[in-house]
Amino acid sequence: MTYWLSVLIFLPLLGGLWIGLTGHSRATYVRWAALTVTGVELLIALFLWWGATPGEGGYLYILRIPWIPAMGIQFLLGMDGISLLLILLTALLGPVAVLASWNAVHHNWSAFAATLLATQAGIMGVFLSLDLVLFYVFWELMLVPMYFLIGLWGHERRLYAAYKFFLFTVTGSLLMLIAILGLYFLHGEQTGIYTFDYFALLHTDLPDKTGMWLMLGFFVAFAVKIPLFPLHSWLPDAHTEAPTAGSIFLAGLLLKTGTYGLLRFCLPLFPEASADFASIGMALGVIGILYGALLALVQEDMKRLIAYSSISHLGFVVFGIYAWNQESLNGAILLMLAHGVTTGAMFALVGMLEERSGTRLLARLGGLLSPLPRLAVMLLFFTLSAMGMPGLANFIGEFLVLAGVFQISPGLAIAGAMGIIAGVVYLLWMYQRAMLGETNNDQTWVDLNRREILALGLLAIVVLWLGLYPAPFLDSLRIPVTALIESNPGQ
Amino acid sequence: MSQWLWLIPGAPLLGALVIALLGGLLRREYFAMAANCAAAAAFAAVLLAWFTGAASQPLQQTLYTWIAVGDWRLAIGFTLDRLALVMVSIVSGVGLLIHLYSAASMAEETDQRRYYFFLNLFLAGMLILVLADNLLLLYLGWELVGLCSYALIGFWYREPLPSNAGRKAFIVTRVGDTALALGIFLLFSQFHELSLSALLTHATTQWEPGSQLATLVAMLILGGAVGKSAQLPLQVWLPDAMAGPSPVSALIHAATMVTAGVYLIARTHPLFELAPSVQWLVAAIGALTIVYGASSALAQTDFKRVLAYSTISQIGYMFLALGCGAYALALFHLTTHAFFKALLFLSAGAVIRTGGDEHDMHNLGRLGNHPPLARWTFLAGAASLAGLPFVTAGFYSKDAILATAWTAPAGPLLWMFAAVGALLTAVYIFRAYLLVFHGPGPRTSTISLPPLMAWPLLILALLSLVSGFVELPEGWPGPHLWSTWLEDELGLAAFPSLTITYTLQAIAVLLPLAGIGLAMLLIHREQTGQSLPAADFLRTGWGFDAFYHAALVRPYHALARGLWRTVDTLVIEGALTRITTGFLAFAAFCRKSVEHRVLEVGIASLVMALQIGYSRLSATQNGFLSRYALMISAGATFLLGYWLW
Repeated sequence: MTYWLSVLIFLPLLGGLWIGLTGHSRATYVRWAALTVTGVELLIALFLWWGATPGEGGYLYILRIPWIPAMGIQFLLGMDGISLLLILLTALLGPVAVLASWNAVHHNWSAFAATLLATQAGIMGVFLSLDLVLFYVFWELMLVPMYFLIGLWGHERRLYAAYKFFLFTVTGSLLMLIAILGLYFLHGEQTGIYTFDYFALLHTDLPDKTGMWLMLGFFVAFAVKIPLFPLHSWLPDAHTEAPTAGSIFLAGLLLKTGTYGLLRFCLPLFPEASADFASIGMALGVIGILYGALLALVQEDMKRLIAYSSISHLGFVVFGIYAWNQESLNGAILLMLAHGVTTGAMFALVGMLEERSGTRLLARLGGLLSPLPRLAVMLLFFTLSAMGMPGLANFIGEFLVLAGVFQISPGLAIAGAMGIIAGVVYLLWMYQRAMLGETNNDQTWVDLNRREILALGLLAIVVLWLGLYPAPFLDSLRIPVTALIESNPGQ
Repeated sequence: MSQWLWLIPGAPLLGALVIALLGGLLRREYFAMAANCAAAAAFAAVLLAWFTGAASQPLQQTLYTWIAVGDWRLAIGFTLDRLALVMVSIVSGVGLLIHLYSAASMAEETDQRRYYFFLNLFLAGMLILVLADNLLLLYLGWELVGLCSYALIGFWYREPLPSNAGRKAFIVTRVGDTALALGIFLLFSQFHELSLSALLTHATTQWEPGSQLATLVAMLILGGAVGKSAQLPLQVWLPDAMAGPSPVSALIHAATMVTAGVYLIARTHPLFELAPSVQWLVAAIGALTIVYGASSALAQTDFKRVLAYSTISQIGYMFLALGCGAYALALFHLTTHAFFKALLFLSAGAVIRTGGDEHDMHNLGRLGNHPPLARWTFLAGAASLAGLPFVTAGFYSKDAILATAWTAPAGPLLWMFAAVGALLTAVYIFRAYLLVFHGPGPRTSTISLPPLMAWPLLILALLSLVSGFVELPEGWPGPHLWSTWLEDELGLAAFPSLTITYTLQAIAVLLPLAGIGLAMLLIHREQTGQSLPAADFLRTGWGFDAFYHAALVRPYHALARGLWRTVDTLVIEGALTRITTGFLAFAAFCRKSVEHRVLEVGIASLVMALQIGYSRLSATQNGFLSRYALMISAGATFLLGYWLW
């Protein structure tokens, strides 16, 4: 059963390779092939969820294969409740991204599919690796195809955006590489065993200062990905210029690798340093919440607006992670899922809107509720989820995060709650400008077709599920979150 | 009946789902039917609850575990006690009548599906709010009704006015909702519990009266109530909300949703009793809002805006009662208000509709020819609103609040505000009545309303007149059914000594009569071209909108724009540009000094050698970047595989 973990990574990788090498001429064939690969991937993920029984330390599956024994590097994959949920999200967004790109990609579908699948493979690897070198490899692996995805199939300023994205993340990950090596040697000196094994490194004895510096190395890499103010500058550009599928993966998944990194590495590996850092982390979170919400209000480009809203939502996640208690951690992880689904759907919708209207500028949209009722209803649904409507996905996460933070610091929770008000302000303004009013465009409109409804419907079901019955998801978080809380030295 | 409790909110929810999901298969005229069936099912379930013992024994149903975090579990569960029973009866009953009315009055609208979806969803949300046995589920209903209010205010979304009004309503009430949410967080952090009954027990046993925590929680809950119920200072959204269809105004913005704040305070009243200062604040806000709403209503020209300000003012009475500890009386006035205000809106809607969508009262008066039935039912509603003595329900419910206000701290002052409000109420509503129905236009109309509109009007008119007899004024012989039935849950109201009570009642009898006289004088003045003093100030609702616009909206936009221009663009992007140019300069320097002078020779020869090799290799390369990418990843995979096995 544990070998299925590697299938999760290699199926999209090899599938993408195969598609890229064979199917360059016939786009239809490539689309269906890509859909099949992502669909099978989703089924495998669901199968793993279904068959999961928590084992040692809450890990559902662990796969350990020696790789470069001389340096203590292993091919070590593991899945606990947190990675399970993120794997499910990654697998879910795969077919959605393919369906959303169906007619939106005009040239070279086979290469597009290959890069898309390679990105998915890289993200899967990031969520599964428990060997730090392997993690680093996947961390970079997801970066490269994403760079090409933006640079080759993006919009007008794609090269600039791709370059900026690459530079930011590479700078961050180099710091992480240094921190990984530092931890490796420190652990080796202490115990005589030189290994990149996550479980071994968990028990490294860290001097105060060193721990803080190593933690910061990881933190900066993750903060760039999340992104936290003031390292967010790449995100609006990358989101805006990326093709629809790229935006879905960026917002839905790549940003989550940052917060996942905090949960998987920063907190457990450096508990003391993270506890010292928690108040700064929470402050950065709340700055992100408010700053993103404010800037979203004045954006003219819908994709840019949603990008800033992502900064705001991810601020909530970081807020919850550093509050570091039962409610806030559960909420943060749930919000990661909710944001992935909701924002993924919103980017898909903007892509569909752009295919029809040729623009993403709010000033040139408007009045589309009457010619495009289905699209307008879908957009309303996901917009409501994004603004934290109870019963839909984001609400439970935001509620738990704020309830958790309130126990630590009521003042910060109040500041974060202001983000709830600010969220309504910019989202309703966006919706009104795009959908309400009188349309100034008398072209013939074609409403959503079955393929598009299928893609959005999948996400809509998950949004309702997360909002109305999140108990199954929270159940799988019970053990890993409890472990995280036990590692909190403040508790 | 317990196991069928879910049916009360479930029926309209199912109706909404059917309309949303299967709407494509239905013909246009079936939407009204589906929605009406759902509303009727909810009402039938409520009646069933009455007859199967909910009136004596609270019912309880738990559906499933909603959230489970650590050792804390929260279920979706409903409780039907007497307070909830009163509320669900009003919501489903008036809701059903307004659904019926809509079937006729909205029949010509093209977008039936959207209208009935949100109308049914609203009913579901409101019933969830009332039945919720924990605060989070209550909050869900609370937000759901806010959403439906937003969507229905903006029903005619092609015009900018309704869209803006809907957005404004959502945002302003969200401010209050956030206060409520913080209150919930505070309670949760103290007791690790969200079930209403458990929270109230914990609070009353663990907190001292007047303690800081109790005061804070009560303040935050009050914030939520003030937003939803359009009380000062968050009342600004309600007048604009009149841009929606009239049945929506009647249901959401008069009878049910806006009274959710009153329900919330009544439901959590033990917390307010632990915080006497906040409880007095409730009364003070109520008293101020009474005068605010009534005086603003005096100067309106839009028919529906009169009623909107009237609603603000009438909910002020309910807040006043809550602040005096007379929760049952607040609920009493809520009930009669639901009848007569829904009646007023529906009658006004019928007049506006037959008048060709004319909202201005002077024009309506000039137009004349209003349906006679609408005129009589409006008169019945107006009489009840003004509290015409003895024969109207409004008299009994308002009179009791006036009398009990006297007993509160600074009671005579609160009473004075309420009495002035009562006088003004009669003035503004009869001014409206006289302007519209006794204007210069002809009065010979025989337009009859369709039965689906006429019957709800007649039923509501009857209820507006007779529903007050369940609770006769203090000190009178006769039934006091209402307060005794609710005594266990909500306690009894305090009244001053009998002499004072009788005096106050006598004044309360005279006030509406005086008001009608004043209304006639006012009309006379208006017809001779003289307007009220400070009419503009009153018409704009004391200038709150302009103030908020200048003090909040514009600074907020300026802040957002400023941050974008300075921090995001200037500082961060600027720093990036500087770093990049720095690197480029450094690279150029290296290039000049190291590369050109030292390496050039070596590289030139290397290039020569490479070019020879390249000319052989170039056959395999075609220059596509993507192909390169593929080759690279293929190579990487191969190497990875090699290392692995």
